[in-house]
Amino acid sequence: MPDKKEELLSLIRQITSEEVIEIPNSTPFGVIVKNEALLSVCERLYNDPAFYFDMLSCITGVDNGPEAGMMEVIYHLYSIPFNHSLALKVVLPRENPELESVVSVWKSANWLEREVYDMFGIAFKNHPDLRRILMPADWKGFPLRKDYKHEEYYRGVKIEY
Amino acid sequence: MKNQQYIYKEDNLIDSEPNKFRVSELKSEEMIINLGPQHPSTHGVLRLEVLSDGEIIKEVVPHIGYLHRCFEKHAESLPYNQVIPFVDRMDYVAAMNSEHAYAMGVERMLGISEQIPKRVEYIRVLMAEINRIASHLIAVGTYGLDLGAFTPFFWIMRDREHILRLLEWASGARMLYNYIWIGGLFYDLPVGFEQRCREFITYFKPKVGELEKLLVNNKIFIDRTANVGVLPLNLAINSGVTGPMLRGSGLRFDLRRVDRYSVYPELEFEVPIGEGKMGKVGDCWDRTWVRVKEIYESLRIMDQCLDKLEGEHKRTREFDPQTIVPKKIRPKAQELYVRAENPKGELGFYFRADGKSDIPFRCKARACSFVNLSILPEISRGVLIADLIAILGSIDIVLGEVDR
Repeated sequence: MPDKKEELLSLIRQITSEEVIEIPNSTPFGVIVKNEALLSVCERLYNDPAFYFDMLSCITGVDNGPEAGMMEVIYHLYSIPFNHSLALKVVLPRENPELESVVSVWKSANWLEREVYDMFGIAFKNHPDLRRILMPADWKGFPLRKDYKHEEYYRGVKIEY
Repeated sequence: MKNQQYIYKEDNLIDSEPNKFRVSELKSEEMIINLGPQHPSTHGVLRLEVLSDGEIIKEVVPHIGYLHRCFEKHAESLPYNQVIPFVDRMDYVAAMNSEHAYAMGVERMLGISEQIPKRVEYIRVLMAEINRIASHLIAVGTYGLDLGAFTPFFWIMRDREHILRLLEWASGARMLYNYIWIGGLFYDLPVGFEQRCREFITYFKPKVGELEKLLVNNKIFIDRTANVGVLPLNLAINSGVTGPMLRGSGLRFDLRRVDRYSVYPELEFEVPIGEGKMGKVGDCWDRTWVRVKEIYESLRIMDQCLDKLEGEHKRTREFDPQTIVPKKIRPKAQELYVRAENPKGELGFYFRADGKSDIPFRCKARACSFVNLSILPEISRGVLIADLIAILGSIDIVLGEVDR
């Protein structure tokens, strides 16, 4: 959808004062958002009648490894009435990553953010119920980080892998 | 100390999945009831922590992860084609649909999705639809079981057996097929499959009517499900709910229609939506009704696919479904989110390829059951405990997909 892409890009340029950086080779196309601006951009994308991204499909965490020294969180938005999609990307440091929660905008963010927290240890500020979701509550470490080493024992039970 | 399985220490005996609510902080009329994880009406290993005032539910906290098998971690260490068996094991009652979505995603990354032979695409859609019927049968049948209707369950298991035998004939496995490969198929359809499929459709069509009469239009069933667990449309969209649940709430939204992937644009089918025939729009009855109607639509699609497979794209001696299966799968560096309509909703895969290896850098599955289940606490506040089971059953979750 090249025509929609240009249209969306020009609209996004209007709502942010900074330069819009596109994610290279991304389907659907997406833009990189500053960590601090995420919530306001999301609110705008949700409320603005020109975008109307009423559905948050997916939140993905990506760890780029200790060499790159950064993590990413990717939000896949979809608008049912306009049938257009957009990816938002936030880049975070690997030490104490923190991000504003978007549960106040989309309720589906609740469990999706919990999963990202569970797997990557990214803390979402103002999340109503930030607990581990897939792993046990007393699990140590964040399994999908690239430098994760699994423990040899879990509660005295040897983990054979 | 030789080969001791377990060391008995006090630290090792604490609760690994503690309750959210503390007993000491409850009001005098409140109590915590634990439902599951080993209970047939939770459809697998789902644990619900229910805070209730007598029979009335104040809060439900789902505890999931009992079936977590590290799909995403495994996918980061395997080549793309070897991830497919893991994809099967996510939604194990509709494995073909998941495979279809996954294969589609990798093909788009490789840029070969336009070259897939039409016959392969039609076989894929045929398989996906036949599996969709199996999944919806399980959904409707076990839902009856939850509400105390025993007979429909046996009926659907009898009919599902025919489907599983057909799929076993084609792929060699009953539930976890590994049949749809990246760029093609494991094998062409066996000789005579089309005729057997037609026989199945003629046999099965009246059986759906019987199921409808016995269960969906049954007075007791309507009383148990109408006006229960009403999911308003705006809440459904905001919570990311998809599939029959979203359509049950009255939105004509089907990714087969919207995204027009594979050969779906060439096929005719309706998208049924909940109309609130027995109660409000978006109640448990509507969701079940949508599933039953979708079985009819899937049968229609199957019929059209069989027409094409016997006519325009029929079996030839030269046809090899593996002609464009790539020997080496190494996509260019890119990010891609692909989605497809599974029986339970939108199944999405997010891929990140670094362009240097045959292994996905990151492969995330957006599981439809996972997102659909997150609606449960919202719509079950203030209902009776028996209705909680009715609501949970109508969401149609597969714990293999919730936990991945």
